Amino acid sequence: MGGVRVLVGTRKGAFILTSDEQRRDWRVDGPHFAGWEVYHVAGSPADPDRIWAAPSGGWFGQVIQRSDDGGRTWEAVGNDFSYASPAGEHQWYDGTLRPWEFARVWHLEPSPTDPDLVYAGIQDAALFRSVDGGVSWHELAGLREHGSGPQWQPGAGGMCLHTIVLHPTNPDRMTVAISAAGVFRTDDGGTSWRPINQGLLSDGIPSPAAEVGHCVHNLAMHPARPDTVYMQKHWDVMRSDDGGEHWREISGNLPSDFGFPIAVHAHEPDTVYVIPITSDSHHFPPEGKLRVYRSRTGGDKWEALTEGLPQQNCYVDVLRDAMAVDTLDDCGVYFGTTGGQVYGSADSGDTWQPIVRDLPPVLSVEVQTL
Amino acid sequence: MTVRVVLPSHLRQLAHCDRELVVDAEATQRAVIDAIEQRYPALRGTIRDPATGRRRPFVRLFACGEDLSHESPDAALPSAVVDGSEPLRIVGAMAGG
Repeated sequence: MGGVRVLVGTRKGAFILTSDEQRRDWRVDGPHFAGWEVYHVAGSPADPDRIWAAPSGGWFGQVIQRSDDGGRTWEAVGNDFSYASPAGEHQWYDGTLRPWEFARVWHLEPSPTDPDLVYAGIQDAALFRSVDGGVSWHELAGLREHGSGPQWQPGAGGMCLHTIVLHPTNPDRMTVAISAAGVFRTDDGGTSWRPINQGLLSDGIPSPAAEVGHCVHNLAMHPARPDTVYMQKHWDVMRSDDGGEHWREISGNLPSDFGFPIAVHAHEPDTVYVIPITSDSHHFPPEGKLRVYRSRTGGDKWEALTEGLPQQNCYVDVLRDAMAVDTLDDCGVYFGTTGGQVYGSADSGDTWQPIVRDLPPVLSVEVQTL
Repeated sequence: MTVRVVLPSHLRQLAHCDRELVVDAEATQRAVIDAIEQRYPALRGTIRDPATGRRRPFVRLFACGEDLSHESPDAALPSAVVDGSEPLRIVGAMAGG
Protein backbone atom coordinates (compact mmCIF):
# COMPACT_ATOMS: atom_id res chain seq x y z
CA MET A 1 0.00 0.00 0.00
CA GLY A 2 1.36 3.40 -0.95
CA GLY A 3 0.25 6.72 0.34
CA VAL A 4 0.43 8.63 3.56
CA ARG A 5 -1.03 8.55 7.02
CA VAL A 6 -1.17 11.88 8.85
CA LEU A 7 -1.30 11.53 12.64
CA VAL A 8 -2.98 14.46 14.34
CA GLY A 9 -3.04 15.15 18.07
CA THR A 10 -5.64 17.65 19.29
CA ARG A 11 -7.01 19.11 22.51
CA LYS A 12 -9.86 16.60 22.43
CA GLY A 13 -8.49 13.44 20.88
CA ALA A 14 -6.41 12.04 18.03
CA PHE A 15 -7.29 11.75 14.37
CA ILE A 16 -5.77 9.75 11.56
CA LEU A 17 -5.97 11.13 8.01
CA THR A 18 -5.20 8.68 5.22
CA SER A 19 -4.71 9.14 1.49
CA ASP A 20 -3.03 7.53 -1.50
CA GLU A 21 0.03 8.95 -3.22
CA GLN A 22 -2.06 11.55 -5.01
CA ARG A 23 -3.01 13.09 -1.66
CA ARG A 24 -6.22 14.58 -3.01
CA ASP A 25 -8.89 12.46 -1.33
CA TRP A 26 -8.66 11.81 2.38
CA ARG A 27 -10.29 9.55 4.91
CA VAL A 28 -10.61 10.95 8.41
CA ASP A 29 -10.70 8.49 11.32
CA GLY A 30 -11.29 9.55 14.90
CA PRO A 31 -11.51 10.87 17.43
CA HIS A 32 -9.39 8.31 19.18
CA PHE A 33 -9.19 8.95 22.95
CA ALA A 34 -12.04 11.45 22.63
CA GLY A 35 -11.92 14.13 25.27
CA TRP A 36 -8.24 13.60 26.06
CA GLU A 37 -5.53 16.10 25.20
CA VAL A 38 -3.22 14.33 22.80
CA TYR A 39 0.02 16.26 22.68
CA HIS A 40 1.65 13.85 20.25
CA VAL A 41 1.08 10.84 18.04
CA ALA A 42 4.09 9.24 16.34
CA GLY A 43 4.62 6.21 14.14
CA SER A 44 7.62 3.91 14.04
CA PRO A 45 9.66 4.32 10.84
CA ALA A 46 10.80 0.72 11.36
CA ASP A 47 7.25 -0.64 11.50
CA PRO A 48 4.58 1.73 10.14
CA ASP A 49 1.80 -0.28 11.75
CA ARG A 50 3.18 0.66 15.16
CA ILE A 51 2.00 4.02 16.45
CA TRP A 52 2.25 5.58 19.89
CA ALA A 53 -0.06 8.23 21.29
CA ALA A 54 0.25 10.34 24.42
CA PRO A 55 -3.22 11.27 25.75
CA SER A 56 -3.25 13.26 28.97
CA GLY A 57 -5.49 15.45 31.05
CA GLY A 58 -5.59 17.43 34.25
CA TRP A 59 -7.97 14.99 35.92
CA PHE A 60 -6.68 11.56 35.04
CA GLY A 61 -3.01 12.15 34.26
CA GLN A 62 -0.93 10.67 31.50
CA VAL A 63 -1.53 7.47 29.59
CA ILE A 64 0.42 6.05 26.67
CA GLN A 65 -1.38 4.00 24.06
CA ARG A 66 0.12 1.90 21.30
CA SER A 67 -1.37 0.55 18.12
CA ASP A 68 0.15 -2.33 16.18
CA ASP A 69 -2.32 -2.18 13.32
CA GLY A 70 -1.87 1.31 11.95
CA GLY A 71 -4.18 3.02 14.41
CA ARG A 72 -7.28 0.84 14.14
CA THR A 73 -6.99 -0.58 17.64
CA TRP A 74 -5.01 0.60 20.64
CA GLU A 75 -3.74 -0.86 23.88
CA ALA A 76 -2.40 0.80 26.98
CA VAL A 77 1.34 0.55 27.61
CA GLY A 78 3.44 1.98 30.42
CA ASN A 79 2.73 5.39 31.90
CA ASP A 80 5.10 5.52 34.86
CA PHE A 81 7.49 8.40 34.20
CA SER A 82 9.12 8.49 37.60
CA TYR A 83 12.39 10.42 37.62
CA ALA A 84 15.37 8.13 38.04
CA SER A 85 16.89 10.13 40.88
CA PRO A 86 15.82 12.84 43.32
CA ALA A 87 14.27 15.37 41.04
CA GLY A 88 15.78 18.56 42.46
CA GLU A 89 14.57 22.06 41.74
CA HIS A 90 14.42 24.43 38.80
CA GLN A 91 13.57 28.09 38.34
CA TRP A 92 9.94 29.12 38.49
CA TYR A 93 8.61 32.10 36.53
CA ASP A 94 9.17 34.41 39.49
CA GLY A 95 12.75 33.28 40.09
CA THR A 96 12.00 31.07 43.07
CA LEU A 97 12.94 27.43 43.01
CA ARG A 98 10.27 24.83 42.29
CA PRO A 99 10.56 21.04 42.61
CA TRP A 100 10.77 19.05 39.40
CA GLU A 101 7.41 17.38 38.89
CA PHE A 102 6.03 15.23 36.10
CA ALA A 103 3.16 16.91 34.25
CA ARG A 104 2.81 15.28 30.83
CA VAL A 105 4.50 13.79 27.81
CA TRP A 106 5.03 16.35 25.07
CA HIS A 107 6.79 14.35 22.40
CA LEU A 108 7.44 10.76 21.40
CA GLU A 109 10.37 10.00 19.10
CA PRO A 110 10.49 6.45 17.75
CA SER A 111 13.78 4.95 16.63
CA PRO A 112 14.28 4.92 12.86
CA THR A 113 15.45 1.30 12.99
CA ASP A 114 14.14 -0.47 16.10
CA PRO A 115 10.34 -0.73 16.49
CA ASP A 116 10.66 -1.35 20.24
CA LEU A 117 12.84 1.70 20.92
CA VAL A 118 11.11 4.99 21.56
CA TYR A 119 12.02 8.17 23.44
CA ALA A 120 9.69 10.50 25.32
CA GLY A 121 10.22 14.14 26.17
CA ILE A 122 8.28 15.25 29.22
CA GLN A 123 7.35 18.22 31.38
CA ASP A 124 9.06 18.99 33.79
CA ALA A 125 11.89 18.59 31.35
CA ALA A 126 13.47 15.16 31.14
CA LEU A 127 14.15 12.51 28.55
CA PHE A 128 12.89 8.94 28.90
CA ARG A 129 13.64 5.85 26.85
CA SER A 130 11.70 2.64 26.36
CA VAL A 131 13.35 -0.41 24.80
CA ASP A 132 10.26 -2.62 25.07
CA GLY A 133 7.77 -0.82 22.89
CA GLY A 134 6.61 1.58 25.59
CA VAL A 135 5.84 -0.99 28.28
CA SER A 136 8.43 0.49 30.64
CA TRP A 137 10.19 3.87 30.64
CA HIS A 138 13.55 4.84 32.11
CA GLU A 139 14.92 8.33 32.44
CA LEU A 140 18.24 9.31 30.87
CA ALA A 141 18.97 11.28 34.00
CA GLY A 142 22.33 12.61 32.84
CA LEU A 143 20.47 15.36 31.00
CA ARG A 144 18.59 16.67 34.02
CA GLU A 145 21.64 16.20 36.23
CA HIS A 146 24.41 17.57 34.00
CA GLY A 147 24.61 20.78 36.03
CA SER A 148 22.60 23.60 34.49
CA GLY A 149 19.20 22.19 35.50
CA PRO A 150 18.66 24.54 38.46
CA GLN A 151 18.88 27.45 35.96
CA TRP A 152 16.18 26.08 33.66
CA GLN A 153 12.84 27.80 33.71
CA PRO A 154 9.47 27.14 32.11
CA GLY A 155 8.35 28.74 28.90
CA ALA A 156 4.73 29.85 28.62
CA GLY A 157 3.62 26.27 28.01
CA GLY A 158 5.59 24.79 30.89
CA MET A 159 9.13 23.52 31.29
CA CYS A 160 8.97 20.90 28.62
CA LEU A 161 11.36 18.77 26.61
CA HIS A 162 9.54 19.01 23.30
CA THR A 163 12.02 18.13 20.57
CA ILE A 164 14.17 15.03 20.16
CA VAL A 165 16.45 14.73 17.12
CA LEU A 166 18.08 11.33 16.63
CA HIS A 167 21.21 11.17 14.52
CA PRO A 168 20.46 9.00 11.48
CA THR A 169 23.63 6.89 11.63
CA ASN A 170 25.21 7.48 15.04
CA PRO A 171 22.93 6.10 17.77
CA ASP A 172 25.11 7.71 20.43
CA ARG A 173 24.22 11.24 19.30
CA MET A 174 20.92 12.81 20.26
CA THR A 175 19.93 16.44 20.37
CA VAL A 176 17.02 17.73 22.42
CA ALA A 177 15.41 21.10 22.99
CA ILE A 178 13.80 22.39 26.18
CA SER A 179 11.67 25.47 26.77
CA ALA A 180 13.04 27.64 28.18
CA ALA A 181 16.49 26.15 28.61
CA GLY A 182 17.86 25.60 25.12
CA VAL A 183 19.51 22.82 23.13
CA PHE A 184 21.43 19.93 24.67
CA ARG A 185 23.38 17.12 23.05
CA THR A 186 24.73 13.74 24.02
CA ASP A 187 27.44 11.87 22.13
CA ASP A 188 27.45 8.79 24.33
CA GLY A 189 23.94 7.48 23.97
CA GLY A 190 22.40 9.67 26.63
CA THR A 191 24.77 9.19 29.55
CA SER A 192 26.30 12.66 29.50
CA TRP A 193 24.93 15.89 28.08
CA ARG A 194 26.01 19.47 27.50
CA PRO A 195 24.27 22.66 26.40
CA ILE A 196 24.93 23.72 22.79
CA ASN A 197 23.54 27.23 22.53
CA GLN A 198 26.50 29.26 21.31
CA GLY A 199 25.30 31.97 18.96
CA LEU A 200 21.78 32.19 20.32
CA LEU A 201 20.72 35.66 21.44
CA SER A 202 17.50 36.12 23.39
CA ASP A 203 16.61 39.67 24.34
CA GLY A 204 13.99 38.53 26.82
CA ILE A 205 16.41 36.95 29.27
CA PRO A 206 18.80 38.67 31.68
CA SER A 207 21.95 37.60 29.80
CA PRO A 208 21.01 37.45 26.11
CA ALA A 209 23.93 35.16 25.17
CA ALA A 210 23.67 32.92 28.23
CA GLU A 211 24.71 29.28 28.04
CA VAL A 212 21.17 28.20 29.00
CA GLY A 213 17.82 29.93 29.29
CA HIS A 214 16.84 30.22 25.62
CA CYS A 215 13.31 29.43 24.56
CA VAL A 216 14.00 27.13 21.64
CA HIS A 217 10.71 26.19 20.00
CA ASN A 218 11.66 23.46 17.55
CA LEU A 219 14.55 21.82 15.68
CA ALA A 220 14.73 20.10 12.30
CA MET A 221 17.41 18.10 10.54
CA HIS A 222 17.68 16.37 7.17
CA PRO A 223 18.97 12.82 7.59
CA ALA A 224 21.34 13.17 4.63
CA ARG A 225 23.05 16.15 6.27
CA PRO A 226 22.91 15.55 9.99
CA ASP A 227 25.44 18.22 10.94
CA THR A 228 23.05 20.89 9.70
CA VAL A 229 20.35 21.64 12.24
CA TYR A 230 17.66 24.26 11.80
CA MET A 231 15.96 25.99 14.71
CA GLN A 232 12.86 28.06 15.25
CA LYS A 233 13.60 29.97 18.43
CA HIS A 234 11.05 32.08 20.32
CA TRP A 235 12.33 34.90 18.15
CA ASP A 236 14.86 34.14 15.35
CA VAL A 237 15.24 31.32 12.88
CA MET A 238 18.70 29.81 13.31
CA ARG A 239 21.02 27.32 11.66
CA SER A 240 24.03 25.30 12.71
CA ASP A 241 26.37 23.44 10.37
CA ASP A 242 28.41 21.74 13.06
CA GLY A 243 25.81 19.69 14.87
CA GLY A 244 24.70 22.56 17.07
CA GLU A 245 28.11 23.73 18.32
CA HIS A 246 27.56 27.16 16.79
CA TRP A 247 24.42 28.86 15.55
CA ARG A 248 23.81 31.73 13.15
CA GLU A 249 20.63 33.58 12.33
CA ILE A 250 18.93 32.90 8.98
CA SER A 251 15.70 34.88 9.51
CA GLY A 252 16.46 37.04 6.45
CA ASN A 253 13.34 38.57 4.90
CA LEU A 254 10.72 36.79 7.01
CA PRO A 255 7.83 39.09 7.97
CA SER A 256 8.28 37.87 11.57
CA ASP A 257 10.93 35.55 12.89
CA PHE A 258 8.73 34.45 15.77
CA GLY A 259 7.09 31.07 15.27
CA PHE A 260 6.88 27.53 16.50
CA PRO A 261 7.49 24.69 14.00
CA ILE A 262 10.28 24.27 11.48
CA ALA A 263 10.65 21.48 8.92
CA VAL A 264 13.04 20.40 6.18
CA HIS A 265 12.03 19.11 2.74
CA ALA A 266 12.37 15.33 2.48
CA HIS A 267 14.71 15.41 -0.52
CA GLU A 268 16.30 18.87 -0.45
CA PRO A 269 18.38 19.52 2.68
CA ASP A 270 18.53 23.23 1.88
CA THR A 271 14.75 23.65 1.61
CA VAL A 272 13.29 24.74 4.91
CA TYR A 273 9.77 25.67 6.02
CA VAL A 274 8.59 27.98 8.80
CA ILE A 275 5.24 29.58 9.63
CA PRO A 276 5.76 33.13 10.91
CA ILE A 277 3.63 34.25 13.84
CA THR A 278 3.31 37.91 14.74
CA SER A 279 4.85 37.91 18.21
CA ASP A 280 4.97 36.19 21.57
CA SER A 281 1.86 38.07 22.65
CA HIS A 282 0.11 37.98 19.26
CA HIS A 283 -0.08 34.28 18.53
CA PHE A 284 -1.51 34.64 15.03
CA PRO A 285 -0.05 35.21 11.56
CA PRO A 286 1.11 38.69 10.55
CA GLU A 287 -1.64 40.72 8.84
CA GLY A 288 -4.14 37.92 9.33
CA LYS A 289 -2.57 36.02 6.40
CA LEU A 290 -1.68 32.38 6.93
CA ARG A 291 1.59 31.96 5.05
CA VAL A 292 4.13 29.19 5.05
CA TYR A 293 7.56 30.52 4.21
CA ARG A 294 10.00 28.38 2.26
CA SER A 295 13.70 28.92 1.82
CA ARG A 296 15.49 26.96 -0.90
CA THR A 297 18.84 28.38 0.15
CA GLY A 298 19.04 26.97 3.65
CA GLY A 299 17.72 30.21 5.12
CA ASP A 300 18.12 33.97 4.71
CA LYS A 301 16.01 34.15 1.53
CA TRP A 302 12.37 33.18 2.05
CA GLU A 303 9.32 33.07 -0.20
CA ALA A 304 5.71 33.18 0.94
CA LEU A 305 3.57 30.17 0.04
CA THR A 306 -0.06 31.27 0.01
CA GLU A 307 -2.03 29.40 -2.66
CA GLY A 308 -4.90 27.65 -0.95
CA LEU A 309 -4.27 29.26 2.45
CA PRO A 310 -6.52 31.99 3.91
CA GLN A 311 -5.11 35.42 3.14
CA GLN A 312 -7.46 37.53 5.20
CA ASN A 313 -8.96 37.44 8.67
CA CYS A 314 -6.95 34.43 9.77
CA TYR A 315 -5.94 34.48 13.43
CA VAL A 316 -4.98 30.91 14.22
CA ASP A 317 -1.67 29.68 15.60
CA VAL A 318 0.47 26.74 14.49
CA LEU A 319 2.16 24.97 17.40
CA ARG A 320 5.67 23.59 17.54
CA ASP A 321 4.95 19.95 16.73
CA ALA A 322 2.23 20.69 14.20
CA MET A 323 4.17 20.60 10.91
CA ALA A 324 5.65 17.60 9.14
CA VAL A 325 6.71 16.34 5.71
CA ASP A 326 6.20 13.06 3.90
CA THR A 327 8.88 11.34 1.81
CA LEU A 328 7.01 10.76 -1.43
CA ASP A 329 8.82 11.82 -4.62
CA ASP A 330 6.98 15.12 -4.66
CA CYS A 331 7.41 16.00 -1.02
CA GLY A 332 4.20 16.60 0.90
CA VAL A 333 4.05 19.22 3.65
CA TYR A 334 1.37 19.29 6.35
CA PHE A 335 0.45 21.52 9.26
CA GLY A 336 -2.39 21.91 11.73
CA THR A 337 -3.77 25.02 13.38
CA THR A 338 -5.29 25.96 16.68
CA GLY A 339 -8.46 26.60 14.67
CA GLY A 340 -8.73 22.90 13.89
CA GLN A 341 -7.65 22.95 10.25
CA VAL A 342 -5.10 20.55 8.86
CA TYR A 343 -3.62 21.77 5.58
CA GLY A 344 -1.64 19.66 3.17
CA SER A 345 0.48 20.35 0.13
CA ALA A 346 1.41 17.59 -2.31
CA ASP A 347 3.86 19.80 -4.23
CA SER A 348 6.45 20.92 -1.71
CA GLY A 349 4.31 23.81 -0.55
CA ASP A 350 3.42 25.44 -3.89
CA THR A 351 -0.31 24.81 -3.36
CA TRP A 352 -2.34 23.85 -0.30
CA GLN A 353 -5.70 22.33 0.48
CA PRO A 354 -7.48 21.82 3.78
CA ILE A 355 -7.63 18.12 4.52
CA VAL A 356 -10.04 18.73 7.36
CA ARG A 357 -11.34 22.03 8.69
CA ASP A 358 -13.11 21.63 11.99
CA LEU A 359 -11.08 19.51 14.37
CA PRO A 360 -10.38 20.59 17.94
CA PRO A 361 -7.27 22.78 18.27
CA VAL A 362 -4.38 20.87 16.71
CA LEU A 363 -1.41 20.16 18.96
CA SER A 364 0.69 17.95 16.70
CA VAL A 365 0.98 16.64 13.16
CA GLU A 366 3.20 13.77 12.06
CA VAL A 367 3.29 11.90 8.77
CA GLN A 368 3.95 8.30 7.88
CA THR A 369 4.81 7.53 4.27
CA LEU A 370 3.41 4.06 3.67
CA MET B 1 -16.92 -10.36 46.97
CA THR B 2 -18.23 -8.15 44.19
CA VAL B 3 -18.37 -4.35 44.22
CA ARG B 4 -20.31 -2.13 41.83
CA VAL B 5 -18.30 0.81 40.52
CA VAL B 6 -19.44 3.81 38.45
CA LEU B 7 -16.73 5.36 36.28
CA PRO B 8 -16.57 8.90 34.83
CA SER B 9 -16.95 9.28 31.10
CA HIS B 10 -13.27 9.96 30.32
CA LEU B 11 -12.30 6.65 31.89
CA ARG B 12 -15.14 4.73 30.27
CA GLN B 13 -14.05 6.14 26.94
CA LEU B 14 -10.48 5.05 27.50
CA ALA B 15 -11.35 1.56 28.72
CA HIS B 16 -14.22 1.01 26.28
CA CYS B 17 -16.40 -0.16 29.15
CA ASP B 18 -19.89 0.45 30.49
CA ARG B 19 -20.77 3.20 32.95
CA GLU B 20 -21.09 0.70 35.77
CA LEU B 21 -18.71 -2.19 36.38
CA VAL B 22 -18.79 -5.06 38.79
CA VAL B 23 -15.38 -6.12 40.06
CA ASP B 24 -14.26 -8.91 42.35
CA ALA B 25 -12.39 -7.27 45.20
CA GLU B 26 -12.23 -6.76 48.92
CA ALA B 27 -14.41 -3.82 49.93
CA THR B 28 -11.69 -1.18 50.24
CA GLN B 29 -10.77 1.65 47.89
CA ARG B 30 -7.32 0.24 47.30
CA ALA B 31 -8.55 -3.26 46.47
CA VAL B 32 -11.29 -1.99 44.18
CA ILE B 33 -8.95 0.28 42.24
CA ASP B 34 -6.40 -2.52 42.05
CA ALA B 35 -9.10 -4.74 40.54
CA ILE B 36 -10.14 -2.05 38.05
CA GLU B 37 -6.54 -1.57 36.90
CA GLN B 38 -6.05 -5.32 36.63
CA ARG B 39 -9.12 -5.72 34.46
CA TYR B 40 -8.61 -2.54 32.43
CA PRO B 41 -4.89 -1.85 31.99
CA ALA B 42 -5.77 1.32 30.10
CA LEU B 43 -6.86 2.81 33.43
CA ARG B 44 -3.58 2.22 35.25
CA GLY B 45 -2.39 5.48 36.71
CA THR B 46 -5.55 7.40 35.85
CA ILE B 47 -7.21 7.25 39.29
CA ARG B 48 -3.99 7.08 41.31
CA ASP B 49 -0.65 8.59 40.35
CA PRO B 50 1.50 5.65 39.19
CA ALA B 51 4.59 7.02 40.91
CA THR B 52 3.13 7.86 44.32
CA GLY B 53 0.04 5.63 44.44
CA ARG B 54 -1.95 8.59 45.74
CA ARG B 55 -5.41 9.50 44.49
CA ARG B 56 -5.21 12.18 41.82
CA PRO B 57 -6.24 15.57 43.20
CA PHE B 58 -9.16 16.05 40.77
CA VAL B 59 -10.52 12.53 41.31
CA ARG B 60 -12.98 11.93 44.13
CA LEU B 61 -14.67 8.80 45.48
CA PHE B 62 -18.24 8.79 46.75
CA ALA B 63 -20.73 6.22 47.99
CA CYS B 64 -24.14 6.57 49.61
CA GLY B 65 -23.89 10.33 49.20
CA GLU B 66 -20.74 10.44 51.33
CA ASP B 67 -17.34 11.73 50.19
CA LEU B 68 -14.86 8.91 50.82
CA SER B 69 -11.98 10.66 49.06
CA HIS B 70 -10.08 11.39 52.23
CA GLU B 71 -10.71 8.07 53.94
CA SER B 72 -7.83 5.66 54.26
CA PRO B 73 -7.52 3.61 51.06
CA ASP B 74 -7.63 0.53 53.26
CA ALA B 75 -10.74 1.51 55.24
CA ALA B 76 -13.80 -0.68 54.75
CA LEU B 77 -16.32 0.66 52.23
CA PRO B 78 -19.87 1.38 53.51
CA SER B 79 -22.12 -1.61 54.12
CA ALA B 80 -24.43 -0.59 51.28
CA VAL B 81 -21.50 -0.95 48.89
CA VAL B 82 -20.58 -4.26 50.46
CA ASP B 83 -24.10 -5.65 50.04
CA GLY B 84 -24.33 -4.34 46.48
CA SER B 85 -27.21 -1.93 46.97
CA GLU B 86 -25.00 1.10 46.23
CA PRO B 87 -22.06 1.58 43.86
CA LEU B 88 -18.72 3.19 44.59
CA ARG B 89 -18.71 6.30 42.41
CA ILE B 90 -15.41 7.52 40.96
CA VAL B 91 -15.93 11.15 39.99
CA GLY B 92 -13.82 13.73 38.14
CA ALA B 93 -14.07 17.24 39.53
CA MET B 94 -16.66 19.28 37.65
CA ALA B 95 -15.21 21.74 35.17
CA GLY B 96 -16.07 23.51 31.99
CA GLY B 97 -18.69 26.08 32.70
